[in-house]
Amino acid sequence: MPLAKRIIPCLDVKDGRVVQGVRFSGLRDAGDPVELSKRYRDEGADEIVFLDITATNAKRKTLAGLVRKVASSLDIPFTVGGGIRTASDLRAVLLSGADKVSINTAALSAPGRIRDLADIYGSQCIVVAIDAKRNLEGRGYEVYSHAGGKRWERDAVEWARKAAALGAGELLVTSIDRDGTRLGYDIDLLKEIASSVGIPVIASGGAGSLEDFFDVLTVAGCDAALAASIFHYGELSVRQVKEHLAARGVVVRP
Amino acid sequence: MRFAIIDYGVGNLFSLRTALQREGVETFLAKGKRGLSDADALVLPGVGGFHAAAKGLPHEELRELAKSGKPTIGICLGMQLFLERSEEGLGEGLGLFPGAAKRLPPEVKVPQIGWNTIRLKRETEFTQGLPRESWVYYVHSYYPDTKGDWVLATTRYGAEFPAIIGQKNIVGTQFHPEKSGPAGAQILRNILRMAR
Repeated sequence: MPLAKRIIPCLDVKDGRVVQGVRFSGLRDAGDPVELSKRYRDEGADEIVFLDITATNAKRKTLAGLVRKVASSLDIPFTVGGGIRTASDLRAVLLSGADKVSINTAALSAPGRIRDLADIYGSQCIVVAIDAKRNLEGRGYEVYSHAGGKRWERDAVEWARKAAALGAGELLVTSIDRDGTRLGYDIDLLKEIASSVGIPVIASGGAGSLEDFFDVLTVAGCDAALAASIFHYGELSVRQVKEHLAARGVVVRP
Repeated sequence: MRFAIIDYGVGNLFSLRTALQREGVETFLAKGKRGLSDADALVLPGVGGFHAAAKGLPHEELRELAKSGKPTIGICLGMQLFLERSEEGLGEGLGLFPGAAKRLPPEVKVPQIGWNTIRLKRETEFTQGLPRESWVYYVHSYYPDTKGDWVLATTRYGAEFPAIIGQKNIVGTQFHPEKSGPAGAQILRNILRMAR
Protein backbone atom coordinates (compact mmCIF):
# COMPACT_ATOMS: atom_id res chain seq x y z
CA MET A 1 0.00 0.00 0.00
CA PRO A 2 1.40 3.43 -0.84
CA LEU A 3 1.19 6.20 1.75
CA ALA A 4 -2.23 7.76 1.99
CA LYS A 5 -2.62 11.21 0.50
CA ARG A 6 -3.30 13.56 3.38
CA ILE A 7 -6.04 16.14 3.85
CA ILE A 8 -4.96 18.88 6.22
CA PRO A 9 -7.22 21.63 7.54
CA CYS A 10 -5.28 24.77 8.38
CA LEU A 11 -6.03 27.13 11.23
CA ASP A 12 -4.69 30.65 10.64
CA VAL A 13 -4.76 32.04 14.13
CA LYS A 14 -4.74 35.68 15.13
CA ASP A 15 -5.33 36.90 18.69
CA GLY A 16 -6.52 33.47 19.73
CA ARG A 17 -9.14 33.10 16.97
CA VAL A 18 -9.10 31.35 13.62
CA VAL A 19 -9.26 33.94 10.85
CA GLN A 20 -9.60 33.71 7.13
CA GLY A 21 -8.54 36.12 4.41
CA VAL A 22 -8.08 36.36 0.68
CA ARG A 23 -4.58 36.65 -0.81
CA PHE A 24 -3.23 37.09 2.72
CA SER A 25 -5.44 40.08 3.62
CA GLY A 26 -9.01 41.11 4.55
CA LEU A 27 -9.25 38.83 7.57
CA ARG A 28 -12.55 37.71 9.06
CA ASP A 29 -13.36 35.51 12.02
CA ALA A 30 -13.79 31.78 11.38
CA GLY A 31 -14.07 30.26 14.83
CA ASP A 32 -12.36 28.82 17.87
CA PRO A 33 -9.14 26.89 17.22
CA VAL A 34 -9.79 24.15 19.78
CA GLU A 35 -13.34 23.47 18.59
CA LEU A 36 -12.41 23.56 14.92
CA SER A 37 -9.46 21.22 15.30
CA LYS A 38 -11.59 18.72 17.22
CA ARG A 39 -14.28 18.87 14.56
CA TYR A 40 -11.74 18.24 11.80
CA ARG A 41 -10.18 15.37 13.70
CA ASP A 42 -13.62 13.76 14.02
CA GLU A 43 -14.27 14.27 10.30
CA GLY A 44 -11.12 12.30 9.48
CA ALA A 45 -8.47 15.02 9.05
CA ASP A 46 -5.02 13.45 8.73
CA GLU A 47 -3.21 16.30 10.39
CA ILE A 48 -3.83 19.84 11.63
CA VAL A 49 -1.71 22.87 10.78
CA PHE A 50 -1.82 25.86 13.09
CA LEU A 51 -0.25 29.07 11.83
CA ASP A 52 0.04 32.03 14.16
CA ILE A 53 -0.21 34.60 11.39
CA THR A 54 0.57 37.62 13.50
CA ALA A 55 3.66 36.14 15.03
CA THR A 56 6.19 37.28 12.47
CA ASN A 57 4.80 40.76 11.87
CA ALA A 58 4.28 41.59 15.48
CA LYS A 59 7.45 39.73 16.46
CA ARG A 60 5.56 37.83 19.07
CA LYS A 61 6.13 34.32 20.24
CA THR A 62 3.58 31.73 19.24
CA LEU A 63 0.91 31.43 21.88
CA ALA A 64 2.16 28.43 23.78
CA GLY A 65 -0.98 28.10 25.87
CA LEU A 66 -3.29 27.87 22.90
CA VAL A 67 -0.99 25.42 21.13
CA ARG A 68 -1.04 23.27 24.24
CA LYS A 69 -4.84 23.34 24.38
CA VAL A 70 -5.21 22.30 20.74
CA ALA A 71 -2.52 19.63 21.08
CA SER A 72 -4.18 18.10 24.14
CA SER A 73 -7.36 17.46 22.21
CA LEU A 74 -5.69 15.83 19.20
CA ASP A 75 -4.53 12.29 18.50
CA ILE A 76 -3.34 13.09 15.00
CA PRO A 77 -0.20 14.96 13.93
CA PHE A 78 -0.10 18.65 14.66
CA THR A 79 2.12 21.24 12.96
CA VAL A 80 2.68 24.73 14.33
CA GLY A 81 4.15 27.73 12.56
CA GLY A 82 4.51 31.46 12.96
CA GLY A 83 7.35 33.50 14.39
CA ILE A 84 9.66 30.55 15.05
CA ARG A 85 13.27 31.60 14.60
CA THR A 86 15.68 29.96 16.97
CA ALA A 87 16.27 26.48 18.32
CA SER A 88 14.80 27.56 21.64
CA ASP A 89 11.63 28.91 19.94
CA LEU A 90 11.30 25.58 18.23
CA ARG A 91 11.86 23.64 21.40
CA ALA A 92 9.20 25.70 23.19
CA VAL A 93 6.65 24.86 20.48
CA LEU A 94 7.51 21.16 20.58
CA LEU A 95 7.20 21.16 24.35
CA SER A 96 3.76 22.71 23.99
CA GLY A 97 2.68 19.66 22.03
CA ALA A 98 3.49 20.30 18.38
CA ASP A 99 4.82 17.34 16.39
CA LYS A 100 6.29 19.46 13.63
CA VAL A 101 7.26 23.06 13.29
CA SER A 102 6.89 25.17 10.20
CA ILE A 103 9.46 27.88 9.52
CA ASN A 104 9.44 30.51 6.78
CA THR A 105 11.26 33.80 7.38
CA ALA A 106 13.74 32.14 9.69
CA ALA A 107 14.76 29.79 6.89
CA LEU A 108 14.91 32.49 4.21
CA SER A 109 17.05 34.86 6.23
CA ALA A 110 19.51 32.15 7.24
CA PRO A 111 19.09 28.96 5.18
CA GLY A 112 21.78 27.20 7.22
CA ARG A 113 19.35 27.29 10.11
CA ILE A 114 17.33 24.53 8.42
CA ARG A 115 20.34 22.24 8.71
CA ASP A 116 21.03 23.31 12.30
CA LEU A 117 17.45 22.69 13.44
CA ALA A 118 17.18 19.40 11.53
CA ASP A 119 20.41 18.21 13.15
CA ILE A 120 19.05 18.84 16.62
CA TYR A 121 15.41 17.80 16.25
CA GLY A 122 15.42 15.62 13.15
CA SER A 123 14.22 16.45 9.63
CA GLN A 124 10.85 14.88 10.35
CA CYS A 125 9.78 17.82 12.48
CA ILE A 126 11.07 20.63 10.24
CA VAL A 127 8.53 21.87 7.70
CA VAL A 128 9.75 24.71 5.49
CA ALA A 129 6.86 26.93 4.42
CA ILE A 130 7.25 28.61 1.04
CA ASP A 131 4.86 31.40 0.08
CA ALA A 132 5.13 31.89 -3.68
CA LYS A 133 3.66 34.33 -6.13
CA ARG A 134 3.83 34.32 -9.89
CA ASN A 135 6.43 36.77 -11.11
CA LEU A 136 4.78 39.88 -12.57
CA GLU A 137 6.61 39.38 -15.87
CA GLY A 138 5.12 35.91 -15.92
CA ARG A 139 8.41 34.09 -15.58
CA GLY A 140 8.39 31.61 -12.74
CA TYR A 141 7.48 32.19 -9.12
CA GLU A 142 9.05 34.33 -6.45
CA VAL A 143 9.26 33.73 -2.72
CA TYR A 144 7.61 36.04 -0.19
CA SER A 145 7.50 36.21 3.59
CA HIS A 146 5.85 38.29 6.31
CA ALA A 147 2.35 37.21 5.22
CA GLY A 148 3.17 38.22 1.67
CA GLY A 149 4.55 41.60 2.71
CA LYS A 150 8.19 40.99 1.92
CA ARG A 151 9.49 39.94 -1.49
CA TRP A 152 12.68 37.94 -1.74
CA GLU A 153 14.36 37.89 -5.11
CA ARG A 154 14.47 34.17 -5.04
CA ASP A 155 12.95 31.61 -7.38
CA ALA A 156 10.45 29.42 -5.56
CA VAL A 157 11.49 26.15 -7.21
CA GLU A 158 15.20 26.78 -6.56
CA TRP A 159 14.41 27.63 -2.97
CA ALA A 160 12.36 24.46 -2.57
CA ARG A 161 15.29 22.39 -3.84
CA LYS A 162 17.68 24.14 -1.51
CA ALA A 163 15.44 23.77 1.53
CA ALA A 164 15.09 20.04 0.82
CA ALA A 165 18.84 19.67 0.38
CA LEU A 166 19.45 21.44 3.69
CA GLY A 167 17.35 18.91 5.56
CA ALA A 168 13.72 20.06 5.54
CA GLY A 169 11.42 17.11 6.21
CA GLU A 170 8.49 18.52 4.26
CA LEU A 171 7.58 21.62 2.27
CA LEU A 172 4.36 23.55 2.75
CA VAL A 173 3.91 25.46 -0.50
CA THR A 174 1.30 28.21 -0.63
CA SER A 175 0.29 30.09 -3.74
CA ILE A 176 -0.36 33.67 -2.66
CA ASP A 177 -2.22 34.30 -5.93
CA ARG A 178 -4.72 31.57 -5.08
CA ASP A 179 -4.92 31.98 -1.29
CA GLY A 180 -8.57 32.14 -0.21
CA THR A 181 -9.82 32.54 -3.82
CA ARG A 182 -11.20 29.00 -4.28
CA LEU A 183 -9.99 29.08 -7.88
CA GLY A 184 -8.16 25.80 -7.43
CA TYR A 185 -4.58 25.06 -6.41
CA ASP A 186 -1.77 26.49 -8.53
CA ILE A 187 -1.05 23.25 -10.33
CA ASP A 188 1.90 24.58 -12.38
CA LEU A 189 3.76 25.81 -9.32
CA LEU A 190 3.02 22.74 -7.22
CA LYS A 191 3.78 20.23 -9.93
CA GLU A 192 7.13 21.82 -10.59
CA ILE A 193 8.10 21.80 -6.95
CA ALA A 194 6.74 18.31 -6.19
CA SER A 195 8.71 16.86 -9.10
CA SER A 196 11.90 18.69 -8.07
CA VAL A 197 12.27 17.48 -4.51
CA GLY A 198 12.45 14.08 -2.81
CA ILE A 199 10.47 15.11 0.27
CA PRO A 200 6.69 15.38 0.77
CA VAL A 201 5.01 18.52 -0.53
CA ILE A 202 1.89 19.93 1.12
CA ALA A 203 -0.12 22.03 -1.33
CA SER A 204 -1.86 25.15 -0.10
CA GLY A 205 -3.91 28.02 -1.49
CA GLY A 206 -6.99 27.93 -3.69
CA ALA A 207 -9.00 24.83 -2.77
CA GLY A 208 -12.55 25.40 -3.94
CA SER A 209 -14.02 22.13 -5.15
CA LEU A 210 -13.71 18.39 -4.72
CA GLU A 211 -11.89 18.10 -8.03
CA ASP A 212 -9.30 20.66 -6.93
CA PHE A 213 -8.16 18.16 -4.30
CA PHE A 214 -8.04 15.38 -6.85
CA ASP A 215 -6.00 17.49 -9.28
CA VAL A 216 -3.39 18.63 -6.80
CA LEU A 217 -2.84 15.13 -5.42
CA THR A 218 -2.66 13.42 -8.81
CA VAL A 219 -1.82 15.83 -11.65
CA ALA A 220 0.50 17.97 -9.51
CA GLY A 221 1.73 14.93 -7.56
CA CYS A 222 1.58 16.53 -4.13
CA ASP A 223 1.50 14.35 -1.02
CA ALA A 224 -0.98 16.37 0.97
CA ALA A 225 -3.58 19.05 0.35
CA LEU A 226 -4.16 21.80 2.85
CA ALA A 227 -7.27 23.96 2.95
CA ALA A 228 -8.83 26.45 5.28
CA SER A 229 -11.84 28.54 4.32
CA ILE A 230 -13.67 25.81 2.46
CA PHE A 231 -13.63 23.71 5.63
CA HIS A 232 -14.20 26.52 8.16
CA TYR A 233 -17.41 27.72 6.57
CA GLY A 234 -18.70 24.22 5.98
CA GLU A 235 -18.93 24.26 2.17
CA LEU A 236 -17.10 20.95 2.17
CA SER A 237 -16.21 18.60 4.98
CA VAL A 238 -12.98 16.66 5.26
CA ARG A 239 -15.10 13.52 5.05
CA GLN A 240 -16.66 14.57 1.73
CA VAL A 241 -13.27 15.32 0.25
CA LYS A 242 -11.92 11.94 1.29
CA GLU A 243 -14.94 10.07 0.01
CA HIS A 244 -14.60 11.82 -3.32
CA LEU A 245 -10.89 11.03 -3.55
CA ALA A 246 -11.46 7.38 -2.66
CA ALA A 247 -14.17 7.12 -5.32
CA ARG A 248 -11.68 8.57 -7.82
CA GLY A 249 -9.10 5.94 -6.91
CA VAL A 250 -6.83 8.03 -4.71
CA VAL A 251 -5.50 6.23 -1.62
CA VAL A 252 -6.74 8.02 1.49
CA ARG A 253 -7.23 6.97 5.08
CA PRO A 254 -10.95 6.34 5.46
CA MET B 1 -0.96 3.41 37.21
CA ARG B 2 2.31 5.22 36.88
CA PHE B 3 4.54 4.80 33.84
CA ALA B 4 8.16 5.83 33.52
CA ILE B 5 8.92 7.54 30.22
CA ILE B 6 12.60 7.21 29.51
CA ASP B 7 13.90 10.69 28.72
CA TYR B 8 16.79 10.68 26.23
CA GLY B 9 16.97 14.46 26.55
CA VAL B 10 15.59 15.49 23.15
CA GLY B 11 12.25 15.88 21.49
CA ASN B 12 8.61 16.01 22.24
CA LEU B 13 7.16 13.79 24.91
CA PHE B 14 4.00 15.83 25.24
CA SER B 15 1.82 13.85 22.81
CA LEU B 16 2.72 10.56 24.39
CA ARG B 17 2.11 11.83 27.90
CA THR B 18 -1.19 13.38 26.86
CA ALA B 19 -2.32 10.17 25.16
CA LEU B 20 -1.48 8.13 28.25
CA GLN B 21 -3.17 10.65 30.52
CA ARG B 22 -6.32 10.35 28.40
CA GLU B 23 -6.32 6.66 29.31
CA GLY B 24 -5.89 7.45 32.98
CA VAL B 25 -2.17 6.75 33.24
CA GLU B 26 0.11 8.99 35.23
CA THR B 27 3.57 9.48 33.75
CA PHE B 28 6.93 10.72 34.90
CA LEU B 29 10.13 11.36 32.99
CA ALA B 30 12.96 9.08 34.01
CA LYS B 31 16.55 10.13 33.53
CA GLY B 32 19.00 7.36 34.25
CA LYS B 33 17.82 4.47 36.39
CA ARG B 34 16.08 6.34 39.22
CA GLY B 35 12.48 5.32 39.77
CA LEU B 36 12.42 2.63 37.09
CA SER B 37 11.78 -0.33 39.37
CA ASP B 38 8.82 1.41 41.06
CA ALA B 39 7.08 2.23 37.79
CA ASP B 40 4.17 0.07 36.61
CA ALA B 41 5.56 0.13 33.09
CA LEU B 42 8.55 1.47 31.18
CA VAL B 43 8.10 3.43 27.98
CA LEU B 44 10.88 4.07 25.51
CA PRO B 45 9.54 6.97 23.43
CA GLY B 46 10.09 7.69 19.76
CA VAL B 47 12.06 10.89 19.57
CA GLY B 48 15.65 11.67 18.69
CA GLY B 49 18.45 9.68 17.11
CA PHE B 50 19.70 6.19 17.93
CA HIS B 51 23.17 7.16 19.03
CA ALA B 52 22.16 9.92 21.44
CA ALA B 53 19.39 7.77 22.90
CA ALA B 54 21.51 4.63 23.25
CA LYS B 55 24.30 6.59 24.89
CA GLY B 56 22.24 7.68 27.89
CA LEU B 57 20.25 4.47 28.27
CA PRO B 58 20.54 2.53 31.56
CA HIS B 59 21.01 -0.73 29.64
CA GLU B 60 21.51 -3.07 32.55
CA GLU B 61 18.47 -1.97 34.56
CA LEU B 62 16.15 -1.87 31.55
CA ARG B 63 17.21 -5.32 30.40
CA GLU B 64 16.76 -6.82 33.84
CA LEU B 65 13.38 -5.20 34.45
CA ALA B 66 12.09 -6.19 31.01
CA LYS B 67 13.26 -9.77 31.49
CA SER B 68 11.76 -9.92 34.97
CA GLY B 69 8.31 -9.22 33.52
CA LYS B 70 7.88 -5.45 33.90
CA PRO B 71 5.65 -4.19 31.06
CA THR B 72 8.02 -2.51 28.59
CA ILE B 73 6.80 -0.45 25.68
CA GLY B 74 8.84 0.95 22.79
CA ILE B 75 7.59 3.44 20.25
CA CYS B 76 9.39 4.18 16.96
CA LEU B 77 13.01 4.76 17.98
CA GLY B 78 12.10 3.23 21.33
CA MET B 79 11.18 -0.01 19.57
CA GLN B 80 14.43 0.06 17.60
CA LEU B 81 16.29 0.29 20.90
CA PHE B 82 14.87 -3.18 21.70
CA LEU B 83 17.15 -4.55 18.96
CA GLU B 84 20.91 -5.02 19.04
CA ARG B 85 22.05 -2.02 17.01
CA SER B 86 21.14 0.43 14.27
CA GLU B 87 22.54 1.61 10.96
CA GLU B 88 21.62 5.11 12.09
CA GLY B 89 24.48 5.46 14.50
CA LEU B 90 26.79 4.00 17.05
CA GLY B 91 25.62 2.67 20.33
CA GLU B 92 24.18 -0.49 21.72
CA GLY B 93 20.54 -1.45 21.80
CA LEU B 94 18.99 -3.51 24.58
CA GLY B 95 19.14 -6.75 22.61
CA LEU B 96 15.69 -7.86 23.77
CA PHE B 97 15.06 -9.04 20.21
CA PRO B 98 17.64 -10.10 17.63
CA GLY B 99 18.32 -7.83 14.66
CA ALA B 100 19.16 -4.24 13.83
CA ALA B 101 17.44 -1.08 12.65
CA LYS B 102 18.08 -0.52 8.94
CA ARG B 103 17.60 2.49 6.70
CA LEU B 104 14.49 2.51 4.50
CA PRO B 105 15.43 1.67 0.90
CA PRO B 106 16.33 4.52 -1.48
CA GLU B 107 13.42 3.82 -3.87
CA VAL B 108 10.98 5.51 -1.50
CA LYS B 109 10.88 8.98 0.05
CA VAL B 110 12.76 8.96 3.34
CA PRO B 111 11.68 9.72 6.03
CA GLN B 112 8.38 7.96 5.65
CA ILE B 113 6.03 10.63 6.94
CA GLY B 114 2.36 9.85 6.86
CA TRP B 115 -0.39 7.30 7.12
CA ASN B 116 0.20 3.73 6.07
CA THR B 117 -1.51 0.43 6.77
CA ILE B 118 -0.49 -2.40 9.06
CA ARG B 119 -1.30 -5.99 8.23
CA LEU B 120 -1.81 -8.36 11.13
CA LYS B 121 0.36 -11.47 11.18
CA ARG B 122 -0.69 -12.86 14.54
CA GLU B 123 -3.64 -12.47 16.83
CA THR B 124 -2.47 -11.53 20.28
CA GLU B 125 -3.72 -9.39 23.12
CA PHE B 126 -1.82 -6.47 21.58
CA THR B 127 -3.73 -6.64 18.31
CA GLN B 128 -7.19 -7.33 19.75
CA GLY B 129 -10.10 -5.47 18.20
CA LEU B 130 -8.13 -4.32 15.16
CA PRO B 131 -9.36 -4.96 11.63
CA ARG B 132 -7.00 -6.94 9.37
CA GLU B 133 -5.85 -3.64 7.99
CA SER B 134 -5.59 -0.43 10.02
CA TRP B 135 -4.21 3.00 9.20
CA VAL B 136 -1.44 4.27 11.45
CA TYR B 137 0.91 7.24 11.44
CA TYR B 138 4.60 6.88 10.68
CA VAL B 139 7.55 9.24 10.97
CA HIS B 140 10.83 7.39 10.52
CA SER B 141 13.89 6.79 8.37
CA TYR B 142 14.92 3.44 9.87
CA TYR B 143 12.94 0.25 10.39
CA PRO B 144 13.39 -2.74 12.66
CA ASP B 145 14.90 -5.67 10.80
CA THR B 146 14.02 -8.65 12.93
CA LYS B 147 12.42 -11.98 12.11
CA GLY B 148 10.53 -14.32 14.39
CA ASP B 149 7.17 -15.08 15.88
CA TRP B 150 7.34 -11.79 17.83
CA VAL B 151 6.49 -9.96 14.59
CA LEU B 152 2.76 -9.32 15.08
CA ALA B 153 2.05 -6.93 12.21
CA THR B 154 3.92 -5.58 9.22
CA THR B 155 3.87 -2.55 6.93
CA ARG B 156 5.04 -2.25 3.37
CA TYR B 157 7.02 0.84 2.42
CA GLY B 158 9.88 0.12 0.05
CA ALA B 159 10.36 -3.05 2.11
CA GLU B 160 7.98 -5.05 4.25
CA PHE B 161 9.03 -4.49 7.84
CA PRO B 162 7.71 -5.24 11.34
CA ALA B 163 5.17 -2.65 12.47
CA ILE B 164 4.40 -4.26 15.83
CA ILE B 165 6.65 -6.65 17.70
CA GLY B 166 5.67 -8.19 20.97
CA GLN B 167 6.45 -11.04 23.28
CA LYS B 168 5.03 -11.51 26.77
CA ASN B 169 5.48 -8.20 28.60
CA ILE B 170 7.47 -6.45 25.86
CA VAL B 171 5.78 -4.66 22.98
CA GLY B 172 6.97 -2.16 20.41
CA THR B 173 5.43 -0.27 17.51
CA GLN B 174 7.35 1.39 14.69
CA PHE B 175 4.45 3.80 14.12
CA HIS B 176 3.17 6.34 16.63
CA PRO B 177 -0.01 4.98 18.25
CA GLU B 178 -0.49 8.27 20.10
CA LYS B 179 -0.81 10.01 16.71
CA SER B 180 -2.75 7.33 14.90
CA GLY B 181 -6.34 8.36 15.56
CA PRO B 182 -8.83 5.60 16.46
CA ALA B 183 -6.58 2.65 15.46
CA GLY B 184 -3.75 4.01 17.57
CA ALA B 185 -6.05 4.48 20.55
CA GLN B 186 -7.15 0.83 20.28
CA ILE B 187 -3.54 -0.39 20.24
CA LEU B 188 -2.65 1.83 23.21
CA ARG B 189 -5.60 0.43 25.16
CA ASN B 190 -4.48 -3.12 24.34
CA ILE B 191 -1.01 -2.34 25.57
CA LEU B 192 -2.37 -0.72 28.74
CA ARG B 193 -4.48 -3.78 29.48
CA MET B 194 -1.27 -5.78 29.60
CA ALA B 195 0.18 -3.33 32.10
CA ARG B 196 -2.83 -3.41 34.43
